[in-house]
Amino acid sequence: MIWSANSISSPSRADAWLARLLGAVALAVAVLLGLVLAFLSKESWPVLRDGGWAHFFRDDGWFPASGQFNLLPMLWATLAASIGALAIAVPLGLLSAVFSRFYAPPWLVAPVRQVMALLAGIPSVVYGFWGLTVIVPLIAAWEPPGASLLAGMLILALMVLPTVALTGEAALAAVPASYLRGAAALGLDRKGMVLRVALPAARHGILAGALLAAARALGETMALLMVAGNVVQTPGSLFDPVRALTANIALEMAYAEGNHRAGLFASGLLLMAMVTLLTWLAARGGGRSHA
Amino acid sequence: MLKPVSRCGDKLMTITVWLAVALVVGLFLWMLADLAVHGIAKLNGTFLFSAPESSGREGGIGTILVSTLLILAVALAAAIPLGFGTAVFLSEYTRRGGPAARLIGMSLDVLAGVPSIVFGLFGNALFCVWLGFGFSILSGGLTLACMMLPIFIRATESGLSAVPADWRLGAAALGLTRAATLWRVLLPAAAPAMTAGLMLSTGRALAETAALIFTSGYVDRMPGSLFDSGRALAVHIYDLSMNVTGGDASAYGAALVLVVLLLVINAAASNLSHRLLGGRTIAS
Repeated sequence: MIWSANSISSPSRADAWLARLLGAVALAVAVLLGLVLAFLSKESWPVLRDGGWAHFFRDDGWFPASGQFNLLPMLWATLAASIGALAIAVPLGLLSAVFSRFYAPPWLVAPVRQVMALLAGIPSVVYGFWGLTVIVPLIAAWEPPGASLLAGMLILALMVLPTVALTGEAALAAVPASYLRGAAALGLDRKGMVLRVALPAARHGILAGALLAAARALGETMALLMVAGNVVQTPGSLFDPVRALTANIALEMAYAEGNHRAGLFASGLLLMAMVTLLTWLAARGGGRSHA
Repeated sequence: MLKPVSRCGDKLMTITVWLAVALVVGLFLWMLADLAVHGIAKLNGTFLFSAPESSGREGGIGTILVSTLLILAVALAAAIPLGFGTAVFLSEYTRRGGPAARLIGMSLDVLAGVPSIVFGLFGNALFCVWLGFGFSILSGGLTLACMMLPIFIRATESGLSAVPADWRLGAAALGLTRAATLWRVLLPAAAPAMTAGLMLSTGRALAETAALIFTSGYVDRMPGSLFDSGRALAVHIYDLSMNVTGGDASAYGAALVLVVLLLVINAAASNLSHRLLGGRTIAS
């Protein structure tokens, strides 16, 4: 049965109800973010109230049973793993994007892009598992114990590489063809056109992609949990086992109580703040068109 | 494609670019081959349908697959109405750049970027503790629904916006209520986009581990109800590889199943969305 309205300008009763229902649903979804923040804050309040954020940076170490909640070693580990991963993934990803756009024969473009898309869809736990069974023994043969910051960086790089490659490719595709024709007219070779014209023109989009990759690297849990060694220490060398902030939450949440649990929730809030900042920067930076 | 004059440094660049791509593709193929070689032995009926024994070292992943399916079903049951309703609200009832659209859009963008472990914390705090569901398939599914919403809403909303305005005006001229227009005209037209969004969200949900570890728990028995704890496939792989010595063989099998499932779903989703963007008309 198709409902019909008596008049176009005045809504029927069914329509009025529908509008109210949809508005309520949209409101609920809009409020979801607020709910997430509210619950995280509520659960972390006990430890934030007692000593405030100073606890997390000035205590003796991470010994939750004794009330010491120094996050710094894990924060450094997270940052080191992410920066190392980006240092590997951004050049490789950009080179892949440049390949797809400027160097690939036409029949190879779609398959390479498919491979990138498929890489992006593989779960982090499978990356971690492969890292654990293949990469960690390889590193251990070079320098024990194998499960280390280096393993974390390598696996994380593999995970964020598709993001950089796909967004880089989109950014390069948006470079006006007139720029490239101008480069050819000036007698630049392909290397010159890519390095001097295309990449600089696409730099905003590329930066946005790198920031999104950074956000993903910071938030990654399972892969780092499985390959990085999980020892709470500030990384001294590439081969030190370390524990990332995310892995810490995953490991200790199962048995944490009271202030310990509140401390874990607080580290979750910190992660969310960092990732939100990066995502916001990416949205702002990527929105601008090439200069 | 432009082919300007080649010179020596240019050749070096070409070699670098090809090497980089070969490295990336090689790593990907190495990973897939490793999974396939070690996991293919386990891909048989007994593995897929029997329960795990001896903490998963023996037996199969039958109960795990059932739990995963139930968690997915709960997540979809929660995400589809909420997501569809919000998408319809965004595309039909608000102005494009208006305050409501911007608020919801910003909220969804931030949600899309939140790490999955933080969603796990939120799900634990809201569903397990505050609402009292405990470690259950229900908690896990609802947490996953929160994570699926941004992707699903964006896909559905773009599908709805792509429907020509003429169709809505024609429906109004024929005297249809907005509800009928939605049900009879817009929904069928946006169905492919919705399906693609659904498949992408499902892909993301299946890959989730961190959010499920402390919302739906670790129990690997056959779940009796939605309030029972259940172990998802991704969590099973994690447990087998990290906590169970000698569990690697089963972990390879489970990982292969998961990867194949995800590859199929993601390939279907991208196929669908390419057909949409490839210039096909919306009329079926």
